[in-house]
Amino acid sequence: MFGRIFHLLVKEFLQMKRDKSARFRLLVPPVIQMLLFGYAATFEVFNVSTAILDLDRSQESRALTDAFVHSSRFRIAVPAASERDVRDAVERSDVQVGIVIPAGFAELLKKGRTSPVQALVDGTNSNTALIALGYVGQIAGSFGQDYARNLAERTGRALGRPMVSVGLEERYWYNPNLNSRWFFVPGVIGTLALITIVNLTAFAIVREREVGTLEQILVTPLRPVEFIIGKTLPFFLIGLLEVSIVAGFGMAWFHVPFRGNPLVLLLGTCLFLLAALAIGLLISTVCTTQQQAFSSNFFVLNPMFILSGFSFPIPSMPQALQWLTYADPLRYYLVIIRATFLKGVGLDALWPQMLALAAIALGLLTVAVLRFRKSLD
Amino acid sequence: MAGAIVEATGLSKRFGAVMAVDGLSFAVQPGEIFGLVGPDGAGKTTTMRMLAGVMRSDDGSITVDGIDVRAHPEQAKRHVSYMPQRFGLYEDLTVEENIRFYADLFEVPRRLWEERAAAMLTASNMTPFRKRLAGQLSGGMKQKLGLTCSLVHTPRVLLLDEPTTGVDPLSRREFWQILYSLRGEGVAMVISTAYLDEAERCDRLALLHDGRMVHCDTPAGLKAKMPGAMIEVAAAEPRRVRDAVQKLPGVAGVLLIGIGAHIHVDDAGRRLPEIAAALSAAGIATTEIGEVAPSIEDLFVALLENERNAA
Ligand SMILES: Nc1ncnc2c1ncn2[C@@H]1O[C@H](COP(=O)(O)OP(=O)(O)OP(=O)(O)O)[C@@H](O)[C@H]1O
Ligand SMILES: [Mg+2]
Repeated sequence: MFGRIFHLLVKEFLQMKRDKSARFRLLVPPVIQMLLFGYAATFEVFNVSTAILDLDRSQESRALTDAFVHSSRFRIAVPAASERDVRDAVERSDVQVGIVIPAGFAELLKKGRTSPVQALVDGTNSNTALIALGYVGQIAGSFGQDYARNLAERTGRALGRPMVSVGLEERYWYNPNLNSRWFFVPGVIGTLALITIVNLTAFAIVREREVGTLEQILVTPLRPVEFIIGKTLPFFLIGLLEVSIVAGFGMAWFHVPFRGNPLVLLLGTCLFLLAALAIGLLISTVCTTQQQAFSSNFFVLNPMFILSGFSFPIPSMPQALQWLTYADPLRYYLVIIRATFLKGVGLDALWPQMLALAAIALGLLTVAVLRFRKSLD
Repeated sequence: MAGAIVEATGLSKRFGAVMAVDGLSFAVQPGEIFGLVGPDGAGKTTTMRMLAGVMRSDDGSITVDGIDVRAHPEQAKRHVSYMPQRFGLYEDLTVEENIRFYADLFEVPRRLWEERAAAMLTASNMTPFRKRLAGQLSGGMKQKLGLTCSLVHTPRVLLLDEPTTGVDPLSRREFWQILYSLRGEGVAMVISTAYLDEAERCDRLALLHDGRMVHCDTPAGLKAKMPGAMIEVAAAEPRRVRDAVQKLPGVAGVLLIGIGAHIHVDDAGRRLPEIAAALSAAGIATTEIGEVAPSIEDLFVALLENERNAA
């Protein structure tokens, strides 16, 4: 048995050695994707295109406008002369945010009263819109506080309410600057490993089926289970290698810290790769051509990504979908990989995820092997 | 049957509503070439796959050298080699690497398979291509390489499913040369073929139709089973010949061939003048007309015709 698996492995590595472009395909795209994610996928918003209309034309209104611009969150994209200009610019999507400082803005402030500022936000990209709106509130709020404090000092507290400022001091653990790259880079590692391994496994087995070599080697004494082991073991090793390379790259390039125990991550990675191999194997049993495998992979991997909590928070999903996320191995692996990278926690905290991954991997592998045998008939 | 190396009894396989193989029984002796012939979908490939142990039969039993294939497929596989309609070669491996891989899976000692592979490559004029990638071989060379891979472990039973389809005549001759020498070594062969001249080279033939065995005998024995006789007409317009004679009394069927037509009649002596008269009455010029020994093709058409009429 081990002899035959060994001979199959020798053949696999010989084929891999001969396939020069494979090395390129395995290494370059993951690194590029890591860079893309690292730079493009971020929760922070800078340089939001903005139109500001200052109808007050006072020293105060100019100071507020400056505060918006200097924050570097907003960029004046369109000059506005009337409220109509602002509305049109938002409607045409020339700008994402329109800010209108109404006439009488300074007048009200000087009397120590609340002075409204109007903000129009293009909600089509609700993520950016919410974040930008938050910045508008933040900047206007701190401008108001500064102004009130100033005013109170100048007027000897006759005007400008003495501020009992309740400052909410937010402090984020593990990622103190809320650096979203730190959050994304570990996630990208998991996602890339999943995509690579499912694709490699499904395609490799479907190719053998398509070319006829699968039937051919199953008339030799090689057993179906031996075939599966010999065929998937190289991909398992490739998966480990890819995770190490992409993780190393993320740490070196984006300075993502690794605070945990590498062995804990290794265990989680092994379980996760087993689940990914099983998914690839399952796909290969329902497809007879590589074309079919391609579309099946897409239909399987996309939902797994969405349900993983990589970019959409699981607690905000409808209840039914939340249940579904429990079947998604990527969900658990993301927890494990983020926790080992950023929190540095060990098995004492991560055992539920490890157990869940082990159960999923075992279940999927069993079904995949049974289905594979049946698909030979 | 005594001494048989392959024995199939009551073999059946159903795919949904289709009975692909229906109660097939036969035995093959060592050193015998056993041919499976029949129209498309007759169940030839399905039968081979069950014999090879890659597909489980629904019913019936198969033994190879006394080993029950259904119960111990892995053991039986050591003695069997199966060459499917399209042999699955690794096109990114060389000729030698392909051979070596199959030898390794059968755990053949290196010295043994190297010797054997060298002899077979020489016999099939493939030695100069040892280092060539399998993907760069011609169709005929691929089949010869497939056969070499199938034979590195010296199987006692060789299953060949249409091995020469799409192979040029010269390679086909070489291919059969190899089969004959294997027969000399006592290898039992089950072969399906679409070429009826190849069927004639088999020791025994099984005629399959809709998964059932219609006839099974030596080529000569099958010919003797054919009722009546065959009249060959050489003519420029075979279709007109068919139209003119097929309604005549005593004519069972007409088969168009390259040079004219074969007319299946109940009694050659009596029908020959009648047919000649009918053809000249219809104004059809013939270059030759006379009784001939039936070919295997005539035989199958006639036997299947009989079968259909009976059904
Ligand atoms: N895997 C399968 N699933 C469903 N039906 C099948 C399958 N394999 C074969 N069949 C059907 O079983 C019947 C016998 O097929 P088989 O391939 O054995 O015929 P064959 O004699 O080899 O034909 P050919 O000369 O075309 O190769 C056909 O009707 C075919 O459609
Ligand atoms: Mg067939």
